[in-house]
Amino acid sequence: MAKALADAPPKGGFSFDLCRRNDMLVKKGIQLPGFRKTGTTIVGLIFEDGVILGADTRATEGPIVADKNCEKIHYMAPNIYCCGAGTAADTEAVTDMVSSQLQLHRYATGRESRVITALTLLKSHLFSYQGYVSAALVLGGVDVTGPHLHTVYPHGSTDTLPFATMGSGSLAAMSVFESKYKEGLSREEGIQLVSEAICSGIFNDLGSGSNVDVCVITKGKTDYLRNHQLPNPRTYISSRGYSFAKGHTEVLSTKIIPLKAKAEVAVVDAMEE
Amino acid sequence: MEWGAVSSEEKEVSTILESGSQRTLSPYVTGTSVLGLKYKDGVIMAADMGAQKLNTRCSYGSTLRYKSVEQIKPIGKHTLLGASGEISDFQEILRYLDELIIYDHMWDDGNSLGPKEVHNYLNRVMYNRRNKFNPLWNSLVVGGVKNGQKYLGMVGMIGTHYEDNHVATGFGNHLARPIMRAEWREDLTFEEAVKILEKCLLVLLYRDRSAINKFQISKITEEGVTISEPYALKTFWGFSAFQNPTKGAEGSW
Amino acid sequence: MALRGDWVYENNGGTCVAIAGSDYCVVAADTRLSVGYSIYTRDYSKICKLADKCVLASSGFQGDMKALQKNLSAKHLVSHVHLHIYQHQHNKQMSCPAMARLLSNTLYYKRFFPYYTFNILGGLDNEGKGCVYSYDAVGSYERVGYSCQGTGGALIMPVLDNQLKSPSPLLLPSRDAVTPLSESEAVDLVKDVFASATERDIYTGDKLEIIVVNATGIRQEFLDLRKD
Repeated sequence: MAKALADAPPKGGFSFDLCRRNDMLVKKGIQLPGFRKTGTTIVGLIFEDGVILGADTRATEGPIVADKNCEKIHYMAPNIYCCGAGTAADTEAVTDMVSSQLQLHRYATGRESRVITALTLLKSHLFSYQGYVSAALVLGGVDVTGPHLHTVYPHGSTDTLPFATMGSGSLAAMSVFESKYKEGLSREEGIQLVSEAICSGIFNDLGSGSNVDVCVITKGKTDYLRNHQLPNPRTYISSRGYSFAKGHTEVLSTKIIPLKAKAEVAVVDAMEE
Repeated sequence: MEWGAVSSEEKEVSTILESGSQRTLSPYVTGTSVLGLKYKDGVIMAADMGAQKLNTRCSYGSTLRYKSVEQIKPIGKHTLLGASGEISDFQEILRYLDELIIYDHMWDDGNSLGPKEVHNYLNRVMYNRRNKFNPLWNSLVVGGVKNGQKYLGMVGMIGTHYEDNHVATGFGNHLARPIMRAEWREDLTFEEAVKILEKCLLVLLYRDRSAINKFQISKITEEGVTISEPYALKTFWGFSAFQNPTKGAEGSW
Repeated sequence: MALRGDWVYENNGGTCVAIAGSDYCVVAADTRLSVGYSIYTRDYSKICKLADKCVLASSGFQGDMKALQKNLSAKHLVSHVHLHIYQHQHNKQMSCPAMARLLSNTLYYKRFFPYYTFNILGGLDNEGKGCVYSYDAVGSYERVGYSCQGTGGALIMPVLDNQLKSPSPLLLPSRDAVTPLSESEAVDLVKDVFASATERDIYTGDKLEIIVVNATGIRQEFLDLRKD
């Protein structure tokens, strides 16, 4: 019986084989490597005919900017997109997994995906991993039942909101929404407000920075406005430039080995099929 | 009387081996964010009047709320002081300052301490107490006008201090500073400055769980100090998404 | 001080750079003061003028930075050893090498409750040559041709090494540690390395303050940096 269990084929999902070993290493004082956390500002709001999502484009590793222009608005379905904050690998993996399941569901049913389906898939996955899959998401989309905006927390709880912010810049962005959001905003007003909220995160939160990405989802149409604003150009470029003279790396010795053919390549007829 | 409510519960204390003395290692009754802002004629400051009695016995949550805490006080003729954090430590600071101002006044030389001097004094007091591992558990906002010079500064629990055109303590640095950075101008009128502060207070009310809807705004100009009566702000909860929050989540299983 | 808890310190970020030339010294620091993920202020000067030809740039914990600056400024007036007014006793400004030793002693004095500050002292020495002294938090120091400290220091150092490679201090006879660049070239380099560090270090940004010390005196200039 025990043998049969051990021989059972893998069922998929994560491998926890090394958990005990890693736990032992930590107890012995070994530092485990950190993960790339996207200190982030992500937002979303509902406007008169759909949903607008927004994100900054900075990815950090501790105090260092790892990527100055990354993409945090992930594709879920043609009518659904999802902004991710938290551990970059988790947000990407979880949105990709759900996106794939949604695609399969569309093949099976032949109907447009619903936002609620994406939400349920996300939360049930996250809940089953008790918060260890650290993805904080803003999920938005327009389906047959209208526009929807949700936030998803790493432990699997969800909210349904008219406007939402997540990530380290969520407070800065929320201060913009709380003081300026109205129901029934036009498309232009919506994009403007989302950009303003993202900029608030970019300039006030050190974990967020660089550019503004926006995604406008309306009935039957999605506009992904990559780098909608570029508010942070480099402020100084040396007029002298840098030239590196040849021979900067000292050559200690040189040895040239001439190549010569060691074997003749025989021409053989092509094998018969 | 709010202060009479303090029960026989001890402050959370720790015994330091060498000295055996007791120090505050976590706050007990705390006030929330204080905001300050320079405008055309002076400086204005705002804070809500809530204070929380933090539960020291169990680590979760806070219990009692005080609802008439004055977190902003005038110091001498030219200065306003706002404090968030431990209320009893703030009162101790007020006693220090009273002594300082009276001592200075006794010289009767026509000089008086301005906001810059008060800020400098407080910087040294806060830093000194952290050097003794016995901090005053506050973040302080110091604002004022003297000889036509506006001044606004802030000092934290361990002595970090700076000046700026607008400052905020605690949660205010996360929620109110972004608004102030976006909207502050040198030539703000009093009405405009109040508008910005009320905007910030409203955001704090919505988003800081320990904030309450009872505020005081105070201003200081060359003419002197005015502290408003406590008042409330109008809130809005009418978003249609709030009417039936689960509407969008129907049929999730 | 781990015994007493780590709440007594805070890292307020920031980067300092100094370059010594044959007859000038450039000292620069950004003006962002921050903690964690939030900015306290975009306009805090980390550079302090200690004497006529001696400036100190510091990063680390602002409370300690200010205490250290006040301490040194006071000792400049009141001599450390004699408790007499240095300026009045000697009728002159303290020299940069003297100030360098004073700074080292001041830092080491607090060896077991350190000033959490990372300092660079820049100025002109007694011969009028540029000098830069670089420190750790407890007073170990060295005269160098150029240096950088703070949160962006590790990003900038290799660029300075590449552009300003000074002779090894082990060479005999010893050679001057000053860099071959002209004053304007050094200022240009400082601006460029700060613009670069701001791209990648989240604690560096907002504004750059540059102090140039030369025979004519002290000059100050500013450059805007990214504010995100």
